[in-house]
Amino acid sequence: MSNRSNAAIHAASACLAFASAALSSVALAEEERNIHSVPLLPLYQQECSACHIAYQPGMLPAGSWQRIVNNLKQHYGVNASLDEDTVKELEQWLTAQADRAPAMPVPPEGHAARSWLAFKLFEVETGHPPEDRITRSSWFWGIHQRMPSAMWRQLENQKAIKSISNCDTCHTTADKGNFSKHNVRAPAALKP
Amino acid sequence: MSIFPSPSVTRLLQVLALALVAAAPCVHAETSEQILDQYRTQAGTAPDPSRGQQFFTSKHDHEWSCSSCHGDKPVQTGKHVVTGKSIGPLAPAFNQERFTNTAKVEKWFRRNCNDVVGRECTPAEKADVISWLLTLK
Repeated sequence: MSNRSNAAIHAASACLAFASAALSSVALAEEERNIHSVPLLPLYQQECSACHIAYQPGMLPAGSWQRIVNNLKQHYGVNASLDEDTVKELEQWLTAQADRAPAMPVPPEGHAARSWLAFKLFEVETGHPPEDRITRSSWFWGIHQRMPSAMWRQLENQKAIKSISNCDTCHTTADKGNFSKHNVRAPAALKP
Repeated sequence: MSIFPSPSVTRLLQVLALALVAAAPCVHAETSEQILDQYRTQAGTAPDPSRGQQFFTSKHDHEWSCSSCHGDKPVQTGKHVVTGKSIGPLAPAFNQERFTNTAKVEKWFRRNCNDVVGRECTPAEKADVISWLLTLK
């Protein structure tokens, strides 16, 4: 084999190695930037998914979950009270699985930046998002930064809070804890 | 050999029978009529379906009525007024799981009456509503 073709093979294999390394780092980045999903406790699924999707416990810090389950009589405007034993069991599981949202240390671009900054400042000061809401967490706005601006306008509109908190409006496999961008389908009403 | 079982077997049978009787309320699912009967007894008055319908579809000085989420005639899927999540039909003829577990019925009456009426519902109000739901076929 000539030196020239040898060099070409070396170059090609180096290229391949580089490409596969790049691919795996992309895969890793996507993994890191996604929600760490856990199988849901059946009691949690049973009690909490009657009115809304059973959110992944990693989406909020432990302190937020503690406040939420101990204040179910006033649960975002609705009475969702449960007996004491159920509350205790839920609290134990939720706090053990809490706080596994993707780190979003870099400010996002575009429309999401303002909300990200406001919520980040709040979190730094208090350790939890405003009103213990997933949708007011900085990671939530960071992770959604690539959404088209028309959708952001919908999301920023407080009247649309109903649709923001319904992950499964766009994340078709959210109820299974799968938030992969490959399973996102925006409904016609939200399309720009 | 005696035709009667030995004392130890008799004792075992007694224990088994007792266990069956004790476990019956746990494994035996209730019917909506039985649950209505419980509330009728507690109320001490006969339930009135038309009063139940009126109670269900009206607001009681609060933001929502029962209908806000369940619909005016809950024979179809309703929609949670806050989250938009779909809610299965409430009328037992259209959803056989409804009103088959007293603890579950009590949990939802407690929560929803507090939202709709601002207090717990009385046994008479619960009986009225269930008696109306049972007329929906």
